[in-house]
Amino acid sequence: MAVVQTRNLTKVFKEGHLGAVNNVSFETREGEFLVFLGPSGSGKTTLLRMIAGLETPTSGDILIGGQVVNHLSPRDRRIAMVFQSYALYPHLSVYKNIAFPLKAQKVPKDQHRQKVEWAAGLLGIGALLERKPRELSGGERQRVALARAIVREPAVFLLDEPLSNLDAKLRASAREELERFHRSVGTTSIYVTHDQVEAMAMGDRILVLNKGVVHQLGSPTAVYDDPADTFVATFLGSPPMNLAELNEVIVGFRPEHFLPSVNVTGETVPLRFKVENTEYLGSEWIVSGTLVGGKLDSKKVVSRLPNAQHLQLGGVYDFVVPTRTLKFFDRTSQKRVAAKDVTWQ
Amino acid sequence: MAITSAPVKSVGASQSPFLSTAMFAPAVLYILLLVGGPFLLAIFYAFSDARIGNTELHYVGLENFRSILQSPSFRIAIRNSLIFTIGSQIVVIVSANILAIALESAFRGRGFIRFLILLPWVAPISLGAIGWKWLLDSIYSVISWVLVALHFFKPFSAPMWLGEPQLAIASVLLVHSWRIIPFSTVILLAGRTAIPKDIPEAAAVDGAGFWRTQLQIVIPMMRPILSVAVLFGLIFTFTDMTVVYILTAGGPFDSTQTLPSLAFTMGIQGSDLAAGAAISLFLVPLLVILAYFMLRLARRAEVS
Repeated sequence: MAVVQTRNLTKVFKEGHLGAVNNVSFETREGEFLVFLGPSGSGKTTLLRMIAGLETPTSGDILIGGQVVNHLSPRDRRIAMVFQSYALYPHLSVYKNIAFPLKAQKVPKDQHRQKVEWAAGLLGIGALLERKPRELSGGERQRVALARAIVREPAVFLLDEPLSNLDAKLRASAREELERFHRSVGTTSIYVTHDQVEAMAMGDRILVLNKGVVHQLGSPTAVYDDPADTFVATFLGSPPMNLAELNEVIVGFRPEHFLPSVNVTGETVPLRFKVENTEYLGSEWIVSGTLVGGKLDSKKVVSRLPNAQHLQLGGVYDFVVPTRTLKFFDRTSQKRVAAKDVTWQ
Repeated sequence: MAITSAPVKSVGASQSPFLSTAMFAPAVLYILLLVGGPFLLAIFYAFSDARIGNTELHYVGLENFRSILQSPSFRIAIRNSLIFTIGSQIVVIVSANILAIALESAFRGRGFIRFLILLPWVAPISLGAIGWKWLLDSIYSVISWVLVALHFFKPFSAPMWLGEPQLAIASVLLVHSWRIIPFSTVILLAGRTAIPKDIPEAAAVDGAGFWRTQLQIVIPMMRPILSVAVLFGLIFTFTDMTVVYILTAGGPFDSTQTLPSLAFTMGIQGSDLAAGAAISLFLVPLLVILAYFMLRLARRAEVS
């Protein structure tokens, strides 16, 4: 096991263009499950590929286990990677796929069978060893890819959107399986995804990236409850946080904190809310509309409620936001600032 | 969309049964007249004593085959056909793989290099062979001149590339390879680019170096397309007589004759049509085997 660290890591693909990864510095914890989260084009995959050694950094350092590995080839970094497509070798059986890293690393031949069976057993694919990848389902392929990654007991696991090729139902169970798998092997893992639900569910910590820049590194609760800037505030959470420019700051509140006034006690900000659309999602309702009166007149906002049956389209209701849930951001830098007194009316 | 249970019919076929026949006819006619006819004629001649300039024809049974099998030139021709075909394919596959690997990665002027490599394939084979005849000429050879200038040989003592049996065989083999390499390179390049980039990358992360990745992952994955390249190369070389005919005309002393060139030498130049026909019939069993494999490949490509 090992800690992965980057120092001012930058990757510029075309000279003169904006870098895909810009000055990224972070450090994993021992045995941690770290998630790189960002929209497509945010540089998260490039960052992972640099750590894997598949991409050469333009500047900066990568350290694995305290040792600079910039000049090392992928094979010498003691990493294992699971690709989005799984990248199984189509002409080899499952057994030979899993044994390939052992062969490549020149592990004595008499240990192969035992190690392959151990890895296959860990992932419950012991019965599939003689099959070819094309005879496997999506979930089974993913497990083979994981088994191939685990078999030589790497110091670090790198996973590049390994769930994105699975259908929604399979994805939930595969996610759970991955979590269980990580708990049982305890290897430091870096997981790339654009799916905030995956990131929140699986990550010990989340590194939020956009345009090659780190916006925040923190636990799921930290990035959700204490977003460092407006990007993090709106990228995490569905529907995203309501943001409104008020005086010299941007004020934000989450849809689940924007509630009918009767439901809330304590210090609140009262707002008039005109309901324009409701969506029933089974366990909750998404209500969108505009504010009425005050400085934020006709500002579009969204509310998330357990029940919205009593709300009429076109009706205007008294809603509130608990004061302690308000987030404040600087108008120019978009960065989080301390709570301020603002006038709403 | 409405879903009907009626089987889908192809529009052309249902409208006019003659159309499909008409579309097929030129190809069928071409094959019957220009391939089938001469082939039957060859079988017919092979059992006769047909000669150019002689209007009489007698059935002689297996006499032609008996005399051919006893002829040393024929045995050399069979041996050479196999050496040229198999030997050049080995050279071709190794070189084409190296070229495909080199041309895969992006570099300045790649388009131009690709064009240069493709040239031997685009140029008419006879022109290419004439070019090589000059390069390998006993007096004017550029290759000899360079080797002399580099002091590998004394002036006027450079090897006769086409004049000594061993060297002539090697020369013909290499010109055959030169001819097929571009074709194989293009096919292998296509096969290589069809492999998802993830796979060699996964191999790199798994700890495989260049050779292991190539030999155990990439080349096995290219097997279907590789066999297409090899089969085409085998057939092109096996049936070709232009290269031998232009470079050495089968000489010195029939040492570079192949089945097609020997058939031509004996049947047309030597006026012994019957012998020529009988020799060319020996091509048939080998070509049938190759055709079988090609059809199997084509079928598999259709299925998948």
